[in-house]
Amino acid sequence: MKVLKAAVSGTMESSDIMVTVAPNEGGGLAIDLNSTVEKQFGAAIRAAIAETLEQLGIRDARVTAVDKGALDCVIRARVKASAFRACEREDYVWEVRT
Amino acid sequence: MHETSISREPSISCLEGLGLPGGQFSDENLGKSYSTLAERKASYSKIIPSLEEAVTLSGLRDGMTVSFHHHFRNGDYIVNLVMDKLAEMGFKNLTLAASSLSDCHAPLIRHIQSGVIRRIETSGLRGSLADAISNGLMETPVVFRSHGGRARAIESGELPIDVAFLGAPSCDPYGNANGYSRDVDGGVMCGSMGYAKCDAQHAARTIILTNHIVQYPNAPFGIPSTDVDYIVEVPNIGDPAGIMSGATRFTKNPKELTIAESAANVIAASGVFEDGFSIQMGSGGASLAVARFLREKMLAKGITASFALGGITGSIVDLHEEGLVKKILDVQSFDLRAAESLKNNRFHQQISASYYASPADPGCAVNLLDAVVLSALEVDTNFDVNVLTGSDGVIRGAIGGHPDTAYGAALAIVVCPLVRGRIPCVVEKVNTVVTPGKTVDVIVTDYGIAVNPRRYKLRRRLMDAGIAVSTIEELQQKAQRIVGIPAPIAYRDTVVGVVTYRDGSVMDLIRQVRD
Repeated sequence: MKVLKAAVSGTMESSDIMVTVAPNEGGGLAIDLNSTVEKQFGAAIRAAIAETLEQLGIRDARVTAVDKGALDCVIRARVKASAFRACEREDYVWEVRT
Repeated sequence: MHETSISREPSISCLEGLGLPGGQFSDENLGKSYSTLAERKASYSKIIPSLEEAVTLSGLRDGMTVSFHHHFRNGDYIVNLVMDKLAEMGFKNLTLAASSLSDCHAPLIRHIQSGVIRRIETSGLRGSLADAISNGLMETPVVFRSHGGRARAIESGELPIDVAFLGAPSCDPYGNANGYSRDVDGGVMCGSMGYAKCDAQHAARTIILTNHIVQYPNAPFGIPSTDVDYIVEVPNIGDPAGIMSGATRFTKNPKELTIAESAANVIAASGVFEDGFSIQMGSGGASLAVARFLREKMLAKGITASFALGGITGSIVDLHEEGLVKKILDVQSFDLRAAESLKNNRFHQQISASYYASPADPGCAVNLLDAVVLSALEVDTNFDVNVLTGSDGVIRGAIGGHPDTAYGAALAIVVCPLVRGRIPCVVEKVNTVVTPGKTVDVIVTDYGIAVNPRRYKLRRRLMDAGIAVSTIEELQQKAQRIVGIPAPIAYRDTVVGVVTYRDGSVMDLIRQVRD
């Protein structure tokens, strides 16, 4: 997927993360993280953001994240939502029935 | 005539000069006054026109120890007011021994930088002062003491106080001071002055700072005039909004309610829940809510508590006024409702920190507790409890009476959520051990209950009552599955805080955090 515009999801509420994904043509992945649990989980949050974007096939993006102690699953969901919006794509599959 | 025969005991004055007192009671010098009370009041009192003069009269010198109480909590003006004055007067190398310090004491940072304060003793630290100290502001580490440990240290001479500066919402011209006044309604109130009592009693000199001089005698008093040397009137002693809230509200947080209900179930099934039992509950959301659930159980069983102890809140007062708690022993009033009850209820008794929790007295009130419900920042698989440092290693709390009550109570329950946001609260090893696990009996979280293996009979009892009991390891694993494994905190070697236990022994060390 290719990032076409800046898009955001999430809130600044406790236990949430606000993720903005913006174009960064040819610039690779740049993550600017501000987290209340930076010392304990900063590296884990950056890894979760990078991994989620990689799974979506996004190589170039500027990510700004304001984290208020979100759990790993929340971080991944917010990154995905922002990424689909930024790529102007709606062919997401939120639910997998087995 | 009889010969007088008396043993020459050196401690008894000899008989020469029988009936002839000297000095101020000699015939020439008789100090008896014939003035009326009104005239005497006009001619003599302990009120000194300025703080500066009172400090000079107290004989304070460089290197001495000054003390403060924390009954004004985050609304306190006294510590900053006095330390500003001592700095202005040029004092250096003082030890500041406060019963606790709050966010509002950030201005102390510059007095530490300028050498006015060399050393601090306290129960807790918060806000930017705590941050600065965690980041290496002071050369000498802060000594943290529990309320009982501080009382013992003051009484034993381990922590001698040279001058106590004690703020009081009311005081008469001779030094009878209290956290409220019978004579007037309204004004600043703090309720009990429990932590100030030991300071007033044992300090070489005691100065009361008050915004409210009342008629003698200011009875009932928290601090008697016999413990007071000087009184200084100041326009403001504190910000009423920071000193106390109107009434501590019951929580609506479902996690806290779950925890509170479980804790009440544990108390009811533990064996201590009989007529005449005794209890202490903290001021945290969950421990406060325990009162509500316990009330229903007391009514259902038709029993009452003989006393409630501790930091007192409106929810305890409700139980007292309903007749479910016979008496209240109050070392610190947490809200206005508690302060007003202390003023109005005959069996709501003000007690000192020493009476409350000094380990030197086997009959101290905490030793007569059946159950205590305590909050925590973190607990670990040894049941050790941290109430002092945050998950980032920075100081952000207070020991309070935590280790004192955990030791004293037959049943010490620690309540805390399994996780706070992404921070695990049940961990493998707490950052700072404040209360040793061997004195903690039950951990209650929103995801389950664990009983200390030392208390295997209690565990059996709870399970027989149908309460699901996990192991502490299971709770720790559950927390880890939810939030992941936090990176370890990076510390430097420098020690910034020494955590002492009730007897003054060192429980743990707090190190400087690495940025």
